[in-house]
Amino acid sequence: MRAHLQLIDSQAQGRPMPNAAHEPLHLETDVLVIGAGGAGMYAAIESARGGASVLLADRALIGRGGATVMAMMTVAVALGQDGPDDPAFHFADTLAAGRGLCNAPLSQLLCEDGPACILEMDAWGVGWARNGSAIKAAFAPGHDRPRCVYVDFLNTGPAVSKTLRTALHKHKGVRRVGDLLIVDLVKSGDAVTGAVAIDMSTGAPVTIAAGVTIVATGGLTRLYRRNSASANMGGDGYALGLRAGARLIDMEFVQFFPIGHLAPRMIGLDPIMWDPFRYKLGGRLLNGRMEDFIGRYGTEETGRYITTRDQATYAITKEVEAGRGTPHGGAYLSFMHLSEAELKAAFGPVIDRIRDNGIDLTKMPVEVAPIAHYHMGGIAVDSDMQTGVSGLLAAGEAVGGANGANRLSGNAITEALVFGRRAGRTAAEMVRLGASATAFRTADAEAALSLATAQGTRGPNLAAQVAELQSLMWEQAGPFRTGEKLQKGLARLDALVASLPERPPGAPAAFDTERLDWFDLRNMTLVARTVIEAALLRTESRGAHQREDHPGLSDAWTCNQFITLSGAKPVTARGPLIDPPKLPAHEAAQ
Amino acid sequence: MSRQQTSRLTIARGEASGPQAAQTFEVPYEPGQSVLDGLRWIRVHKDPSLAFRFACLNANACKECMMEIDGQVEYACLARLEPRDMQLAPLSNKALVRDLVTEIAPPAERLRGKGR
Repeated sequence: MRAHLQLIDSQAQGRPMPNAAHEPLHLETDVLVIGAGGAGMYAAIESARGGASVLLADRALIGRGGATVMAMMTVAVALGQDGPDDPAFHFADTLAAGRGLCNAPLSQLLCEDGPACILEMDAWGVGWARNGSAIKAAFAPGHDRPRCVYVDFLNTGPAVSKTLRTALHKHKGVRRVGDLLIVDLVKSGDAVTGAVAIDMSTGAPVTIAAGVTIVATGGLTRLYRRNSASANMGGDGYALGLRAGARLIDMEFVQFFPIGHLAPRMIGLDPIMWDPFRYKLGGRLLNGRMEDFIGRYGTEETGRYITTRDQATYAITKEVEAGRGTPHGGAYLSFMHLSEAELKAAFGPVIDRIRDNGIDLTKMPVEVAPIAHYHMGGIAVDSDMQTGVSGLLAAGEAVGGANGANRLSGNAITEALVFGRRAGRTAAEMVRLGASATAFRTADAEAALSLATAQGTRGPNLAAQVAELQSLMWEQAGPFRTGEKLQKGLARLDALVASLPERPPGAPAAFDTERLDWFDLRNMTLVARTVIEAALLRTESRGAHQREDHPGLSDAWTCNQFITLSGAKPVTARGPLIDPPKLPAHEAAQ
Repeated sequence: MSRQQTSRLTIARGEASGPQAAQTFEVPYEPGQSVLDGLRWIRVHKDPSLAFRFACLNANACKECMMEIDGQVEYACLARLEPRDMQLAPLSNKALVRDLVTEIAPPAERLRGKGR
């Protein structure tokens, strides 16, 4: 049962592949992990430690795509090394940031298991910045005390990814496969029993039989024109989950990061890099007239960086709307009050990279503006990362609920690690209890296989259609919404969907980008619809969801919205909040 | 003057098994852009079939956009788009997949493993 992954294809037996594009490969594994970011890699490690064989699949290269590698700095965790702290305080801050909508058991799990994951990463040599022997904690907005660990300089994401990649290599039972695009999950009866994929390097279809499948595909920020994510974050996992019968939660809550880089143009630097600058150096946020303005919107900053993301996004957008924006339509961020030596002490070689882009921070401000950054919503799970669909788990940003209506700074990487580890643990336990690849039946994969190999005509430019989708989401379902805008968004989305060909263009081939766009648009248009429809229904303003036609928080809306698929259509319904547990079950399990 | 506002990207295209040919695209030049920005512009405005790897957007975090630019191995996200003729080719020391996409994953992380 615990047989190692098998590769059953003609090439494995030494024969050539006369027609690679149509020769299905079949893989078998105890646990299939989709997505090799922080959550997926930790899930794979934990599944393997529990004795399961693992197939870790990613549409990009392993540990390179996704959001984790792009994390700049902060990872929130109540270690209590660099000053007193307790997960209970982190939990309280997470709930407060979530504006009353957090799935409290998930938030609690994030906060309570965070220290163990961070310390394990430390033991694996990630290199958290130190204050003497203590892991150093930085202050970030929304936290009641310094609580965010990081790796210098702006190296948190790459260091976390590299550490997990190295840790993965120690586990012989983990097979890592990049360039593998999952088309659909396969259901046998009520259970997910594997997936159908496309081998991007040949275009050939692949069937995967798995006892347990973990969706760790990250979020949906690629749906927006201005985004800080990777090109892979088009909400694949949400669409895969929906089509397999899972429920999505809180899809209306997209976090916009307020100070994404806007101008002058820079290369080789992440657009959210100014956040760590603010953590370390404060910095001044100024309007187009070089005036302080954050105070006008309720939060007075006195040199410290305390404005939460939803407040800052609101303030910058309103200032631009009032005609007080910068030339490119944002706000100025200035470090001109600091010396070169102070900048270098905080960010070392990064200052040179900025200077290479023609920016001297001691002499000029940069322009910043909100940018789609993270998704609070996602697949609804319990504290074991179970989706309610047998055989299907989720982890990381693909999971919704832990951060409610607004995510606290630093919780994303913690969530990836904690939920990944938890999902891996659950998967291994399911395998111990008998889950195996044997439940997969080829007949159940037929529909997805025929889609993966379908041949269609080349029609409209699908890369341009992706750009249109990103524009419509930015313009109609961005940080500030109205019923009218959202309705227009739905109409534009309907028109876009109507213009798409019914079948993927061309025939299976190596790295056929148009075909890949077609499969991406299939997912992205479905997920975009869930965001717009949930946003349209929520007639209040809360956290990251701001309705200009419904200002203010409404008690009647202190509830979650759940989305399921009925036929091809998403259906949104209200559900009650999930209450905090009396005694967290995971403590008993440890 | 208008020529100075244009980057001419001549790109080696084709699959490993088929013929390869160079194709030239004119891309509007904007100071501060990367070569990757130019390639993404081509897909949206000229030819969606152009293949190149990238995951992160100009952050140089994913390290997937490595190619040969004017004969030098570079990341397309770090190389500046310039208002002149530029030659883009796939990595010559890696197996070609299509256009600018090569097999850059470690052999153990490919579907068909080390024997590929």
